[in-house]
Amino acid sequence: MTDEKTLVSGIDVPTPASGTDDVGVLGSIGRVGASRRQFIKGVISSGAAVSSAGYVFGGMAGCATEEAPMAGGVERLISLNVNGETRRVDVLPYETLAMTLRYKLGLTGTKLGCDRAECGACTVLLDGVSTYSCSTLTHTVRGRAIRTVEGLEGPNGELHPVQQAMIDELGPQCGFCTPGQVMAAVALMEANPSPTRDEARFALSGNLCRCGAYDHYLNSVMRAAQSA
Amino acid sequence: MAYTLLGKDFTPPDVRAKVTGGAKYAEDFRAEGMAFCKLLLSPAPHARVVNVDVSAALEMEGVLGVLQASELRAPPPPVEPALTDEPLFVGQPILAVAAENETIASDALDGITYDLEPLPFTVDPLEALYPGGPSARQDGNAAVVNYGNTVVETRHWTAQDFAAAGDGQLPTGEPNMEWSYGDVDQALADAALVLDESFVTAGLAHHSMEPRTTMAWWENGKCHLHGSVQSQSFSMPILAGMLDMAQEDIVFVSEYCGGGFGSKAVPFPSMAIPVNLSRKIGRPVMMRLTRHEEYYLGLARTGLQGRIRLGFSAEGRVTAADLFLIQENGPHAGFPNLTGAAAGVSAMYQPESMRFRGVGVFTNTPPRMAQRGPGYNEMSAAIEPLIDKAARELDLDRLAIRMINAPGEGATVGPQRTPLTSAFLPEALTMAAEQFNWEERRALSGQRNGSKVTGVGVGLAYHPAGNNGFDGLVRLTPEGKLHIHTGVGNLGTYSHSATSRVAAEILKCDWADCIIERGDSRRHLPHNQGQFGSNTSFTMSRTNYVAAMDAVAKLKEIAAMDLGGSPEDYDIGGHRVFATDDESKFLTYPDAARRAIELGGKFSGEEAPEDINPTTQMAVAGLAGTGLIGVARDNIELNGQPAAHVAGCAMVELDLETGHVEVVDYAGAVDCGTVVHPMSLATQTKGGAVMGIGMARYERHIYDRQNGLPGSIGFHQAKPPSYLDVPAEMQTGAVDMPDPENPVGIKGVGEPVMGAALAAVLNAISDAMGGHVFNRTPVTPDMIVNALAGREQSHGPLDVNTA
Repeated sequence: MTDEKTLVSGIDVPTPASGTDDVGVLGSIGRVGASRRQFIKGVISSGAAVSSAGYVFGGMAGCATEEAPMAGGVERLISLNVNGETRRVDVLPYETLAMTLRYKLGLTGTKLGCDRAECGACTVLLDGVSTYSCSTLTHTVRGRAIRTVEGLEGPNGELHPVQQAMIDELGPQCGFCTPGQVMAAVALMEANPSPTRDEARFALSGNLCRCGAYDHYLNSVMRAAQSA
Repeated sequence: MAYTLLGKDFTPPDVRAKVTGGAKYAEDFRAEGMAFCKLLLSPAPHARVVNVDVSAALEMEGVLGVLQASELRAPPPPVEPALTDEPLFVGQPILAVAAENETIASDALDGITYDLEPLPFTVDPLEALYPGGPSARQDGNAAVVNYGNTVVETRHWTAQDFAAAGDGQLPTGEPNMEWSYGDVDQALADAALVLDESFVTAGLAHHSMEPRTTMAWWENGKCHLHGSVQSQSFSMPILAGMLDMAQEDIVFVSEYCGGGFGSKAVPFPSMAIPVNLSRKIGRPVMMRLTRHEEYYLGLARTGLQGRIRLGFSAEGRVTAADLFLIQENGPHAGFPNLTGAAAGVSAMYQPESMRFRGVGVFTNTPPRMAQRGPGYNEMSAAIEPLIDKAARELDLDRLAIRMINAPGEGATVGPQRTPLTSAFLPEALTMAAEQFNWEERRALSGQRNGSKVTGVGVGLAYHPAGNNGFDGLVRLTPEGKLHIHTGVGNLGTYSHSATSRVAAEILKCDWADCIIERGDSRRHLPHNQGQFGSNTSFTMSRTNYVAAMDAVAKLKEIAAMDLGGSPEDYDIGGHRVFATDDESKFLTYPDAARRAIELGGKFSGEEAPEDINPTTQMAVAGLAGTGLIGVARDNIELNGQPAAHVAGCAMVELDLETGHVEVVDYAGAVDCGTVVHPMSLATQTKGGAVMGIGMARYERHIYDRQNGLPGSIGFHQAKPPSYLDVPAEMQTGAVDMPDPENPVGIKGVGEPVMGAALAAVLNAISDAMGGHVFNRTPVTPDMIVNALAGREQSHGPLDVNTA
């Protein structure tokens, strides 16, 4: 494809770091057996560290200095359809859509709450279907319509009915999960413009809210359904 | 009293940005040349780190620097350090690497070698109290826990103490804190019924949706900080102390905070890491914790093991409460949940006599901090089921036994029996019962539908609800705007705006002409209470009241100066100050603001009251000459302890085959004084209930006793409730009785809304099971199945950190 080129950084493509997440921490027990003494001994002899790698990404628009190496080796310049616009962006093979949106396209409305498909704060629409962007590889969504919370407002700043209803019903509390809740609600409304409260409850059930604002989010969806 | 603004719904100015994605949380900021940092975390629960070699890491391309514990001033023990060479829990940061990006930083961490010399550890407070038991810290195993002043000590109980407890009961050796009033022993001897029960409330993570992030950079000697903190102004002196800097050299932005629930109440130790790395490498540094790191460094509620002897009269009056608590405090300073718990018991049941004894114990588990209703809500969980048990044994109605004890007029709290400023728990209980249709619902209790059985429960909760002595600051400008400067944070309660409306109300300003200044230390913010502890509504309605009253006084003075007469001859209204006997004599607010600037001195902030806090002094100095400044310390008298009360009713359907519990209905009614923002109160009441349902049913720390490793470091392992775990609709109500110690009658209520639901759900589960009391949170499905089958539980009655 003409719109793609390969960038090679000065660094080899990294292998996943050992023990890079909680599975690694707990996995250590399994590897060295159940004895605490052995476990500690194993740690000492190997000098193994529990590294805190969880998020990985390479060069970043707006922040990287000129000399910054592109960690992660091979980036490809690809075209993405984001909020109706074609956006050209360099993407690592293992880069998630959430990272691309947040750190390369400046679309920070999409939040990272867990980065492991547990909470829904990163929910975006792919061809109208609500999707966890933290667990979607950017390379897999070429040619698909990506919608983020930034793409909902009309040309003159008019809010989507779901957004307006969320204001009118005081949907958000802390607001961190709100963009994900909004996107899940928009996906629902587009598939089913007149949902029952229970249908809305199921449609949004992949979006956690620690503030527990569920009741007001559902009120918002029902209000949006009436106004649409 | 009829208000123009208070008690009416409004659209808070920050809500639009929350629904459009425009709201910027700490991780949403970028800076030119921004680097990233990753942490080397301890894999061991307690060890000494030796032979650290970072040379290979530093040679890697893209690595910008390493920060080690020796480069930071260590806080006095047992305060948690940002980095350490002696980690006290799995996941404690040892060192930090800054690099061009996180991939390089993570690779660099893997290039660092070091050895660990293991040290004794424990994840069980009772084990630590055994004769010769393991000590989580080298300087001691036990804590006298005080907020800001926790003392380390060594305390082991005797074998006799343990043997004397009896089967399944909590040993009660020598405590390290205690208080009492009345003759508890006599009251217990005289009681018609005595319950003597031991219980466990599990420690649990806060689960804020936003994993905490700090981004820092330096410019012209000032440090700019974006942080996930609940509190704005209150954080400033804490940051200055933590970073060894002058407060005026710190720019702190926390306009949005993605949930805190206490865990982000004040700046946290790890914030010092990117600040110091940034200074070291000369580049902006972002440190964003991953979700699993948040389970290490994101703090947690303490665990409590308790024993209570409750004495009741035949009528159900609580005549004696003898409470003993062991607090699992984590390895650092922690938070005094146990003292809150004791105060909570004294307030909720107004016992005629009471004794509290307690001991804090260090464990090699994550550091602890206040979590919504710290200690207080645990007592709702632990004691409310026992009130039901007493009602059964005394053949009393469950509402009646609560009515007879609930705090109303004349209620007190704590060992000094401090009067509550107001207490309307009986009224709240009546309201919740009516909304829930208690009488009708109670008839459904025990009804079977296939494998499901219905249970109904009621629960009460209490929490302190305000403070005094902070400052208010408002500014009228020649442009005709009222700027309300507020130093509270943005926890999601919208109380930054709700309390600001008090200033607008007093100055009779149109809300459309009001601008709330907040969220950034450069906006000249006054010294306000931190946004925690159900404090904001009471405390900062008072500060905004006194600031607005100061502005009113200055308006009248200026009018008298310019138009004749004395200030008493003037009144305000319609954005004007006018002569009461001749309304044609007036100054508009913009005119008065211009005159204030001309007059200078106190009118425009060139001079400030001497009794205001240094933070407010700085804010006033920064605003001097820009308008008419209203500024004052809240010196209004405060007689007694402001107090919030909540009553809740829940209905559950419990599956006898699977142990699954569905909470099908909940109604909560609050006593929070004058209602200031109805919609926010409703969502707080329901949201608190969601959190209560989580604590009742799922959430807890799990630890592998053998290796000290955590098992609950993901949402899926320590599940906060989802949409499907809570009723599709809930009901709320408010007593709406003004508090006499607040000029507009307001009290806070954010914490007990959780405790009431927590207790109501536990009691509904118990009701569905014919009165079986678990004496433990959470009540998980396997516990229910075991109990129904008459099998032993997989954990002992006093075990903590169990799966």
